[in-house]
Amino acid sequence: MPSRSRPVTDPARARCWERLAQWMYIVPAAAYLLLFFGYPIAKNIVMSFQQYTITTFYTGAAPFVGLQNYSKILASDLFSKALLTTVLFTAGSIVGQFALGLAFALFFQRRFPLNGVLRSLLLLPWLLPLVVSGTAWRWMLDPDTGVVNAALRALRLSSSGIPWLTGTSQALVSVILINIWVGIPFNTAILYGGLQDIPRHLYEAAKLDGAGPLASFRHVTWPLLRPVVSVVLVLGVVYTVKVLDIILVVTGGGPAGATETLATQSYELSFQQFEFGRGAAMSNVLIVISLAFAIVYLRANRRARNV
Amino acid sequence: MKRAPARGWPSTIVGIALLALMLFPVYWIVNASLQPAGNTLRGGWFPFHPDLSGYLTALRDQGGNLVTSLVVALGSVALSLGLAAPAAYALAQFRLRGTNLVLFGILVTQMVPGIVVANALYSAYTDLGLLNSYLGLILADSTAGVPFAIIILRSFMRSIPREVIEAAHVDGAGRLRVFRSVVLPVSRNALITAAVFTFLFTWSDFLFALTLTTTQTVRPITLGIYQYIGAHTNQWNAVMATTVLASVPAALLLVVAQRHLAAGATSGAVK
Repeated sequence: MPSRSRPVTDPARARCWERLAQWMYIVPAAAYLLLFFGYPIAKNIVMSFQQYTITTFYTGAAPFVGLQNYSKILASDLFSKALLTTVLFTAGSIVGQFALGLAFALFFQRRFPLNGVLRSLLLLPWLLPLVVSGTAWRWMLDPDTGVVNAALRALRLSSSGIPWLTGTSQALVSVILINIWVGIPFNTAILYGGLQDIPRHLYEAAKLDGAGPLASFRHVTWPLLRPVVSVVLVLGVVYTVKVLDIILVVTGGGPAGATETLATQSYELSFQQFEFGRGAAMSNVLIVISLAFAIVYLRANRRARNV
Repeated sequence: MKRAPARGWPSTIVGIALLALMLFPVYWIVNASLQPAGNTLRGGWFPFHPDLSGYLTALRDQGGNLVTSLVVALGSVALSLGLAAPAAYALAQFRLRGTNLVLFGILVTQMVPGIVVANALYSAYTDLGLLNSYLGLILADSTAGVPFAIIILRSFMRSIPREVIEAAHVDGAGRLRVFRSVVLPVSRNALITAAVFTFLFTWSDFLFALTLTTTQTVRPITLGIYQYIGAHTNQWNAVMATTVLASVPAALLLVVAQRHLAAGATSGAVK
């Protein structure tokens, strides 16, 4: 067996082979990630400087136009409106998901029968395909025939009903509420995990010191939960800025563009107007926003590990 | 255990009420799916006379799309675990120099919006002939599964004691053999968690279905529903029956793999 004896006689070479063999475990996954994340990022940056339209697919020509795509996007009214909508959508969703998620997590801290069953059932809205949730809500919020307005009328809270999806200001509130509903389970699961990691005896000590539930939340729960909180919030932002499914299914960006975000705009530029160059520029703006939060996330993560 | 229930029942009642509120939309699509075709919009609060015609229409129109989604999701699970398991093992146990760089790369993937990937893949797929293909969708959909599976599996595999692996080496097992017959069996739970989530990610995918398919040939159920609501707003019972059918995997996994779902939610986010 000459192939076996050679590495023994040449230790440096053997170590080299060893390294290579170890890297072979990573190479397939790394190659995949480079092809399906690295390449798209690079391609998007290039496309954003090109006039890349439907004709490109026939002629193969995509002339470079410098910053024209960016200047066109940034100059349009749609952009500032979509940016504002994205900020409102993200902020509203995150605040709602977090507050209600924390409330649920605190509630499940109590010991009561069926706690475990109810806690896992709560995961369901998060596990359903977003298209399913979107379709369900779209149907429930239908101004004329939806069950929500029917309930409001039956309770005499509103005689004519609320134009949930057809009013320009109501539609954004509606998609935010739906997205909050989707996000509550995830927030609850993580915050509940964080709460479980807080040692019980700290609460008992606080109680002995005469702290009420509010004081023990402020001085025990909150400070110890902080690292988990920052992770949840930043992850929430990173995932929410790129939400597309819910909005496309529930409102399609309407009425009158009231629920257009940067993500839906980018989709429409590329896949409905076939202005791939401008769509790419728009999605690059989205990446920059995500990346800014990524940095915050990495910092928060490091801090969480140190605590 | 004996004392808690006696004190806890009021909380249970509050909990059930809160859950009923949170899960009402799910009840409502089930209720709607059991209404007859005509008067769905004014359907009652309870399906007193369940009518399965919605399901018949749904299966006739969307049955094929359900199968497509199943094929794509299973393909994506196989691909994601196949790529992620060895990588996670190497990142967890071998002390390689580039490890931190790879981990950083994986973290960055979480910030990349799907639309960026779709944008670039559309033109690449046009050239490669991967539009409207199972392979194209499986590859694109795994962008959710691969990084997530690496994160989950690595955090588990780090907890495998080095002695266990070294003992196997001493017994004469090669590296690949150790991976196959020691590491993978020990990581069974983490593998199931990763598989469950990869399946759900892919099953729920909408963006790649919307952008990387242009014909009827390969159409996942999510896109099927989206186009259904555009075209058949007068047949809400069939639309709702389709959404119920599309929810079955999530509900099923919630019952069967409950433990893994909770584990995935927490470990995936914090580690």
